[in-house]
Amino acid sequence: MRLKMVPSDTKLDFFSVSMITFGASVLAMIASVVMFFMMGLNYGIDFRGGTTIRTDSQITLDVGAYRAALAPLNLGDITITEVIDPAAQLTGEVTNVAQIRIQAQEGAESVTNEVITKIKAALNAIDPLMTFPQVDSVGPKVSGELIQTAVIAVVLAISAVLFYIWLRFEWQFSVGAVAALVHDIVLTIGVFAVLQIKFDLAIIAALLTIVGYSLNDTVVVFDRVRENLRKYKKLELKQVLNLSINETLSRTVMTSVTTLIALISLFVLGGDVIHGFVFAMIWGVVVGTYSSVFIASTILLRLGVKRDWSKEAAKASGQYANIDA
Amino acid sequence: MLQFSLWKKLLIWGVCALGILLASPNLFYTKVEESNDAKALIELAGVATPEQTAKADAWPAFMPSSLVNLGLDLRGGAHLLAEVQVGDVYASRMDGYWDEVKNALREERATIGGIRRQYDNPNELRVRIAEASQIAVAVAKVVEMRRPVVSLSGAGSFDINVTSEGADVVVTLSEAEKIATDKRTMDQSLEIIRRRVDEAGTREPTIQRQGTDRVLIQVPGIGSAEELKELIGKTAKLTFHVVIGTTGDENARLKSNQILLPDQEDKAVYYILEKTPVITGDHLTDAQPAFDQNNAAAVNFRLNTTGGRIFGEFTANNIGTLFAIVLDDEVVSAPRINSHIPGGSGIITGNFTIESTTKLSIQLRAGALPAKVIYLEERTIGPELGQDSIDAGRIASMIAFAAVLVFMVASYGLFGLFANIALIINVALIFGLLSAIGATLTLPGIAGIVLTIGMAVDANVLVFERIREELKTAKGPARAIELGYERAFSAIIDANITTLIAAVILFIMGSGPVRGFSITLGLGIITSVFTAIWVTRLLISIWLGRTRPKTIEV
Repeated sequence: MRLKMVPSDTKLDFFSVSMITFGASVLAMIASVVMFFMMGLNYGIDFRGGTTIRTDSQITLDVGAYRAALAPLNLGDITITEVIDPAAQLTGEVTNVAQIRIQAQEGAESVTNEVITKIKAALNAIDPLMTFPQVDSVGPKVSGELIQTAVIAVVLAISAVLFYIWLRFEWQFSVGAVAALVHDIVLTIGVFAVLQIKFDLAIIAALLTIVGYSLNDTVVVFDRVRENLRKYKKLELKQVLNLSINETLSRTVMTSVTTLIALISLFVLGGDVIHGFVFAMIWGVVVGTYSSVFIASTILLRLGVKRDWSKEAAKASGQYANIDA
Repeated sequence: MLQFSLWKKLLIWGVCALGILLASPNLFYTKVEESNDAKALIELAGVATPEQTAKADAWPAFMPSSLVNLGLDLRGGAHLLAEVQVGDVYASRMDGYWDEVKNALREERATIGGIRRQYDNPNELRVRIAEASQIAVAVAKVVEMRRPVVSLSGAGSFDINVTSEGADVVVTLSEAEKIATDKRTMDQSLEIIRRRVDEAGTREPTIQRQGTDRVLIQVPGIGSAEELKELIGKTAKLTFHVVIGTTGDENARLKSNQILLPDQEDKAVYYILEKTPVITGDHLTDAQPAFDQNNAAAVNFRLNTTGGRIFGEFTANNIGTLFAIVLDDEVVSAPRINSHIPGGSGIITGNFTIESTTKLSIQLRAGALPAKVIYLEERTIGPELGQDSIDAGRIASMIAFAAVLVFMVASYGLFGLFANIALIINVALIFGLLSAIGATLTLPGIAGIVLTIGMAVDANVLVFERIREELKTAKGPARAIELGYERAFSAIIDANITTLIAAVILFIMGSGPVRGFSITLGLGIITSVFTAIWVTRLLISIWLGRTRPKTIEV
C-alpha cells in the first residue's frame, strides 16, 4: 500500500477561488509592506552595526540583573534576550543562555577591547563562571556595505531568473514567475517584521534560497503548461492551466513535504544559532508552493499566452528533440 | 533511454565510487586529522617519534586524506576584518624627503636664503624660504630631485609634485607614488600580520587581502578576537633618540625638531629628545630575551648591516652623551654611551620580567606595522558552541535523512528504494567534492546539505510521478519508464538551473558562512541532478533487465 499525499486523479479548479486567493495575497502583501514600515525589521548587527555577546551561565537567567549590571557602563541602547533552544526545551533542560546586543559605539568601528573587557567584568560580577561563547561586532562602515551587497544580490538573483525564464519560455511566464517571487519575498519580510525575528545576513541567504525553491516549483508547473499548450491546441488557457496544475500537484506536494521534513528536523534539532535562517526557509517553502499555484498561474492566465505555435512548431519540436536526447 | 553502454555504466559507477572514496576520511575525522598533523610534523622535523609514527599510520597511506575544512562557526576561533590606514604612511614619507630637500636647498643658500620647515599639514612637506622672490629657484632645485615611479600604471609619472605658495615650496606625493606606497604598505602589513599570527602557533590561520586596504584574518582555535587584536595590534615600535635633556614638566616648551616623551617607570620624568630617531626598529634583525650583568631580565637585539653602521658611527661620535631607547613612545632606558659599539648588537635593560621580555622580543622581531590598523568587523566563536553546532547539525541531518528515506519508500515502494540509494550516493558525492576542493563547511553549509536532502529527491519525484502518468496510458512498464524520464527531463533541468542561479549569485556576493551555504547548495544541485538522471535510471534499468516485470507499481 502506497502512501499518497494527493489522490491520483485530481480535477480541482484552482481558478474558481482565484478572486479570493489572489485578493488575499494582495492584502497580505499590502499588510507586509505596512508592517515593514510601521514596525520595521529587527535588523541584526550585520546590517545596523553594533555588538552581540552570547552569555552562558549556570545561574538562573535574570535579564533585569544583567541590564542593571551593564547600565553603569553607558553603552547606549542595550537589548537582552533569552536564547531559547527548542531541542533543549524538548528534554526540559534549562540553558540560561542570553544574547546581549549593544549599539555601535561612538568613534569606533568594531568594539574595542576595553569595552568588551568592561562588559565581561560587569557580567562576571553576577556569575563568576559565566562564559561568553560568541562575540560578534560589526562596524557601521561594513554594515552599510553588507546592506548594499544584500540588496544587490537579491535584485541580481531575481533579474537573472527573469531572464532565464524569458529565454526558456515566453515573457508572460517570466512575469508570472517573478510576481510569485516578489510575493514570497514580501510576505517573508512581512513575517519577519511581525514576529520581530532577527534579520541578518543568513536571512538574506534564506531569501535567495526561497527564490530558488519557489522558482523550482513554478518552473515545474510552467513546464507542464508549455507541454499541454502544444498538446491541446484548442483547449481554453484556463483549462490548460488547471490541467497542468492538477497533473503536477502530486509532485508539488511530495517535494514540499520532503523538503519540509528535512527543514523541520533542522528547526527543532539544529540548535538556536540557525533558527531564524531555518524558519525563513520553512516559511518560504510554504508560501513558495502556494504562490507557484495561485500567483504565478493566475498572472499567466490574466496576461494570456500566445497560442499560435504553428509558425514555430517545427523549430520548437526540433529544439526539444535535442534537449531530450 | 534505458540501455546503457558498458563504458557509460563504468563511468557512472566510477564517479560514485570515487565520491564515496573521497568522502570516506570524513567518517573518521579525528583519526585522519591527527594522522595528517603527525605526517606534517614528521616531514617538518625530518625524524619521527614513535608516538607520531603510530598516529600517522593510523590512517592508511593509500586512502585519500583530504578532509572537509570546518568553518570558524563549527571549530571555534576568531575572525577579524581589518582596515590598514594606508594614508598614515604619507606623513613619514614626507619626513623622509625632508633631509634630502634640506641638503638640496642649502646648496642654493646664497640665492634663496635660510630655510625652515612648516609643520602644519603632516601629509605635505612645506619649506619656507627667506627670499620669497627666489621661489622659482627653490622649486627648480626640488624638482631636480623627482624620481620616476616604476610601476605599470604610473609610467611616465614622478614620485612627488612640487608647487609653490608664496614663500613656501610645497612637496606632496604624486597619485602614482601614493598607489605604489599603498601597495607597499599593504604588502608589508600582510607580512607582519602573518608573522605575528604565526608566532601564536595556532593551526591553519587564514590571512587574506580584501579590496585595496583590507585584511581578513581568521584564526581557528584562538580564544577570542580580543586576543587576536592584541597579538596583531601591539606596535612594539622601537627607536633610539639623542637625549637633549630631562624635565618634570609635561608642557615643556620644545623646538620644532624635538619631542617630549615620558619615562616608562617614573611617569613624572620626561625626556626631551631629538625628533628624528638615530635608528628605528626597521633595522632590527633579531631580538631575544636575555639577562644583563646584574641578572635582571633584558632583551638582546641585533641590527642589520646598515643599522649596525649607523649605530657604530653614532656611538663613536657621541661618547659620553645619553641616548634613549624608546619603545611605543615611552623611554625604556637612557644609557650613557661609554664606548664605540661596533657590530650592531646591544642590550635593552629596564624594568622587565621574564614574561615581558619574551613578549617584547617577539613583538620586536615581528617588526612594527607600517600604518595603523582599525577593525571593521570581529567575531569570536567559542569551541564549545562550535561543537554544539556540529552535534546539533549532525543529529538534525540524520533525522532528516532517515525521515526522507522512510517517506520515499512509503510513497514509491521499490522505486523509492532506488531513489534512496541515489540519495545516499548524493550525500557521499557532496562530501567527496567538498573534501576534494578543500571547501569549508559552515553551519549554514550543513543547513544547505539538509535542504539538498529534501530537494534532491525532487528530480526523482518528478520522474516517478511522470512514470505513473505514463502507466495510465498503458504502454508497458519499460516504455512508461522511458517516457517518464524523457518527458520529465526539461522540467528537471529548468527547475535546477534556476536554483543554481540563486546559488551562484550567493557565492559571488556572499561572504563567510553564507558563501559556505551557497557552495553546499550549488554542489548539492549538481550532484542531485547527476544521481537522479544517471544513478536511479541505471538502477531501474538493471532491475528491469533482471526481472522483466509485466506490470509495475510506482
